[in-house]
Amino acid sequence: MSSKTLSIAIMDAPYESANSTTALRIIHSALNQGHNVNVFAYEGAVNLTMKEQAPHANSIKGTTLAQENHPTTKDWISALFKLAQEKEITLNWINCGLCVDERGAGNWIDGVQRGGPADFIKSVKKSDGVLVIPTR
Amino acid sequence: MKVLNIVETAYRATLEEQDDTILWLSQSFQDAGVDISILLRGNAVNYLVKEQKPFNLHFGTWKQTQPPELDRDLEIMIDKDISVYAVAEDIQERALLQERLIDGVSLIEKSQVAQLFEQFEYVWHW
Repeated sequence: MSSKTLSIAIMDAPYESANSTTALRIIHSALNQGHNVNVFAYEGAVNLTMKEQAPHANSIKGTTLAQENHPTTKDWISALFKLAQEKEITLNWINCGLCVDERGAGNWIDGVQRGGPADFIKSVKKSDGVLVIPTR
Repeated sequence: MKVLNIVETAYRATLEEQDDTILWLSQSFQDAGVDISILLRGNAVNYLVKEQKPFNLHFGTWKQTQPPELDRDLEIMIDKDISVYAVAEDIQERALLQERLIDGVSLIEKSQVAQLFEQFEYVWHW
């Protein structure tokens, strides 16, 4: 099967919506099947890749930090970058720069780049498919 | 302090949080001394369905080991003397059969909701 390129725009902040998990599952599936993926993270989605995210224990469930194994979206996305590297395909992740500035959200995991709407349009023109997952 | 938390939005980031944030918050309020009750309405009544099986979420080598178990969380809350109510019409509209639901939940008609509110000092719709 020949490799295709998918562009995805996402908007939701972490821990607020099932949209984020759904988007990352689609990205995982595309990468796992050998396709390149361009992500444009807009508005709250720029927080998905913040380096300072930290897991926590769950006092209500009584689980420790290790037992709870609480997800962080930056770890999920790091795993996706690693998967892309192993598959020798591209995961290009661009955070909207203005969205980053207004949130003070500029410290990211490795692999993420700063960009803008024009970068999304450029990636759309080079893509075989485009998916927009907006905030509702 | 007697509080009714109304949960309407279902499965909001429950995979990321590994629980429902308002069910979690309600238990935390109880630990802080609040006499808390829950009213499930809208899509949140689906939390009552027994033995929900979260799929195996993974990204690359990352695998989820503590997926959300919302029916189980509600059972634990009921065991901790948190009253759980649910809107009967919302259950019927979704064709959820009684035998598929967890025990210990008080079903109320929409017409009874205002009366329920009268029992609480605070009613918070999340």
